[in-house]
Amino acid sequence: MSALSFYVHIPYCVKRCGYCDFNTYTPNELREGASLQTVSGDYIDAVLQELEVAKVEATGTVPTIFFGGGTPSLLPAKDLGRVISAIKERWGLTPECEITLEANPDSVDQEKLSQFREAGFNRISFGMQSVKPHVLKVLDRTHNPESVARVVHDAKSAGFQSVSLDLIYGTPGESLDDWRASVEAALSLPIDHLSAYALIVESGTKLAAQIKRGDLSMPDDDLMADMYLLVNELCEAVGLSWYELSNWSKAGHESQHNIAYWKNADWWGLGPGAHSHVQGVRWWNVKHPNLYKENLRNGISIVHDRELLTQSQHQDEAIMLSIRLREGISHKDLTEIQKKRAIGYVTTGHLSDSGWKSGRVQLTPQGRLIADRIVRELVV
Amino acid sequence: MPAISLSKAPQPASTDPAQIRNFCIIAHIDHGKSTLADRMLGITEVVDPRHMREQYLDRMDIERERGITIKSQAVRLPWRSGIDGGEYILNMIDTPGHVDFTYEVSRSLAASEGAILLVDCAQGIEAQTLANLYLAMENNLKIIPVLNKIDLPAAQPEKFAAELAKLIGCEPSDCLRVSGKTGEGVADLLDQIVAQIPAPQGDANAPARALIFDSVYDVYRGVVTYVRVVDGHLSSRDQIQMFSTGVRHEMLEVGVISPEPVPSKGLGVGEVGYLITGVKDVRQSRVGDTVTNFNNPTKHPLAGYKDPKPMVFSGLYPLDGADYPLLREALDKLQLNDAALVYEPESSAALGFGFRCGFLGLLHMEIVRERLERESNLSLISTAPNVVYNVKLDDGKTLIVTNPSEFPEGKIQSVEEPIVRSTILAPSEFIGAIMELCQSRRGVLLGMDYLSEDRVEIRYTLPLAEIVFDFFDKLKSSTRGYASLDYEAIGDAEGELVKVDILLQGEAVDAFSAIVHRDKAYAYGLMMTAKLRELIPRQQFEVPIQAAIGSRIIARENIRAIRKDVLAKCYGGDISRKRKLLEKQKEGKKRMKMVGRVEVPQEAFIAALATDADIEKAKAARK
Repeated sequence: MSALSFYVHIPYCVKRCGYCDFNTYTPNELREGASLQTVSGDYIDAVLQELEVAKVEATGTVPTIFFGGGTPSLLPAKDLGRVISAIKERWGLTPECEITLEANPDSVDQEKLSQFREAGFNRISFGMQSVKPHVLKVLDRTHNPESVARVVHDAKSAGFQSVSLDLIYGTPGESLDDWRASVEAALSLPIDHLSAYALIVESGTKLAAQIKRGDLSMPDDDLMADMYLLVNELCEAVGLSWYELSNWSKAGHESQHNIAYWKNADWWGLGPGAHSHVQGVRWWNVKHPNLYKENLRNGISIVHDRELLTQSQHQDEAIMLSIRLREGISHKDLTEIQKKRAIGYVTTGHLSDSGWKSGRVQLTPQGRLIADRIVRELVV
Repeated sequence: MPAISLSKAPQPASTDPAQIRNFCIIAHIDHGKSTLADRMLGITEVVDPRHMREQYLDRMDIERERGITIKSQAVRLPWRSGIDGGEYILNMIDTPGHVDFTYEVSRSLAASEGAILLVDCAQGIEAQTLANLYLAMENNLKIIPVLNKIDLPAAQPEKFAAELAKLIGCEPSDCLRVSGKTGEGVADLLDQIVAQIPAPQGDANAPARALIFDSVYDVYRGVVTYVRVVDGHLSSRDQIQMFSTGVRHEMLEVGVISPEPVPSKGLGVGEVGYLITGVKDVRQSRVGDTVTNFNNPTKHPLAGYKDPKPMVFSGLYPLDGADYPLLREALDKLQLNDAALVYEPESSAALGFGFRCGFLGLLHMEIVRERLERESNLSLISTAPNVVYNVKLDDGKTLIVTNPSEFPEGKIQSVEEPIVRSTILAPSEFIGAIMELCQSRRGVLLGMDYLSEDRVEIRYTLPLAEIVFDFFDKLKSSTRGYASLDYEAIGDAEGELVKVDILLQGEAVDAFSAIVHRDKAYAYGLMMTAKLRELIPRQQFEVPIQAAIGSRIIARENIRAIRKDVLAKCYGGDISRKRKLLEKQKEGKKRMKMVGRVEVPQEAFIAALATDADIEKAKAARK
């Protein structure tokens, strides 16, 4: 079996952002009037329990651990550190093991960042989203845009090897110039990595309701396309190279954990609603933190559902995932028919000509914009 | 008791014509005909109360659900008159209630000596009822006006009695009042049928002549043919002959319906009953034909046989191309029971393989489609209905066009289209709305009469093509559902007609071509191009949508090339969801139809072919 990565889900936020449909809860949603302390107190114990009963005998050491959420930075560093220690104790970590923390700029300071470093984290990713107050307001984000610069510098001085920022484009009311300002602000900071995501309106969110009511309207796809091309151009200009559809980094700072997803490696997701993929089986845990804790307490399985992929599903998935990466897909991994379909996209400029000549299917910036369509054409 | 038990009642083949009364009921949908028939079955005791169920005579689900009768039937009801105490046999001949089936109605009328004009006294008479009433009067039938639903709080018997009296030339006090629901007045109605309707007249010694007024396919028995004997005698030992085809058939069974089939020795003058000959297809035993005795045939057929001609055509396609053989089977099966349905295979570049079907009218079309979908579990797309055009070419040849794709390019001298005379009944407050609608559909006003103070009859000639395209729905919506419509073909007339093609990237989409009046071509072109622009997803290249008459472009829209089709995030928890979406899209892509290089989802075709009314219906169904 391949090396096993770990994802640790921290399902808590101080406040739910209007666009977010992640599996996360405010303390008040879990128990009325409760504080974060009370609802999360025994959570790490539960995660450790899931880890204990994990029936997986990895042969190698663990290459990456990623704490996502929710807002992992809300929890005390020593609690998160207990999870890292437990993984390390059982499987061992590779010498260069990448341990990432997702953080809200408002929830950390110099001291807390140092504590996270001490707990073992060496990579941090801040949710910046935008530099424009009117955009942040639509997104319902609480942080102060100025605090981003501060925490990036603090993280650097605390010794994080990789610092990343997340941006969102295509928010209702955001112009191309607004977006340019956000990207430029991000790139003016000493970061190693940038993720830029087109806003997806998920059903059931406050944002979806606002759009349905007509209070807000989504920008058209053409503007979104221009925004994507702009961030790509600005990143490349300062030496952050594109390596996945929505990700750019300095050489050597690509997120190894996320690359594991796109290369269909094995990973274990800990926590409620977390997905795992081990040896061709995908499964996911029960969604609600309370049920998750309760099941673990009572010795009941926390797996909500699983799927065993067929050969053809596995192949489709591999195409769907690997096309997102700079390396793309090797011609060897495509059938003759798929290659024939792909070559049409070389002609239209959606796939790189030089990549094709070196035996690979690699997206050009235009091609990245219609990557899903190209995947559909290839797998149909 | 006025009821007589079946065994003691006069028997088939030996009933004196003087004891027979043959009548039909003319009524609009919803005016309570089936309920009244139920009461008659109950009061004459031919149906045991324990076996009684609602709409007893309506056999098909679709009849019961929509409350309309598609096929007629005849029931033999023994009755002792409360007036003279004599024993009588009443044959109730059920009639289809809709304009599309006028021909069948006229045959039912021809089998009767009298008609009950049944009108809901909360609603008044409707256009189709009026048309059938005129038909009955032309056939010299004795009309008994009856106001139904007198138990309703909204009943206005005085008002509608006056209306009926004016229409048929009697006194308002001659209108009987009944309630099919409670049974009130029904016994009196049966006595009046005996008293007012003349007994049948016929020559018992002449060669047999019987009129076929209905013909129904039964899975177990084959075709069941309903007849009214005019002269002579049909016996279970006879060989019979159909006059129009000359074909001889063995008589397997003869009998009466009471209300279940009861075999008998035969049928005599004036009697109504059924024949079974082992024929498997109703086209061999057609409504209007004369049945005679093979060994002693008549030389004089009964008047009035004609082939029903389809007036409206539409392409029917299975949503799933693999269902094509199933659709063929379903049509074959339906035709066994529906002599008026015609179809032939056709193929459309956009919709695949299907059938061009001909119908008597819009309701007929709707019913056929619904039965195909329901009874054979098919999902169908139908193209916009069109009429039959006679196209005269420059070289003098004439072409009959039942499909816009057959419309010739250029070199056309003239085009003729069918014209109908339509009658619309509605409350007078809607006169303006109705006239506006008819004018916009190239109507010519023929006249207008007040039926009562606030109800009016408006007559227009209209091209049938204008009626088949959502006219009825528009009429209903502009009169809050109060207007009723009837029409009859009165011939063909020349019209300024052109074919409008819809092109995607320069390629015509056959399913969207339409033959329209020149003045409306532009509006049709604009409507379709705008609709398609909304419905067809953006492609990787720009797609022009054009409307054209011949090579002349009259409208144009553009679908811009797509620039973005990608989901930004795909991390661990997103992968399964994204793969499932991809699998769904893969399936969706298989259902895409290619028009040249343009991918068009099937839903776009369905939506583009839907009328406003279809969309409303779909919305209502979702609620």
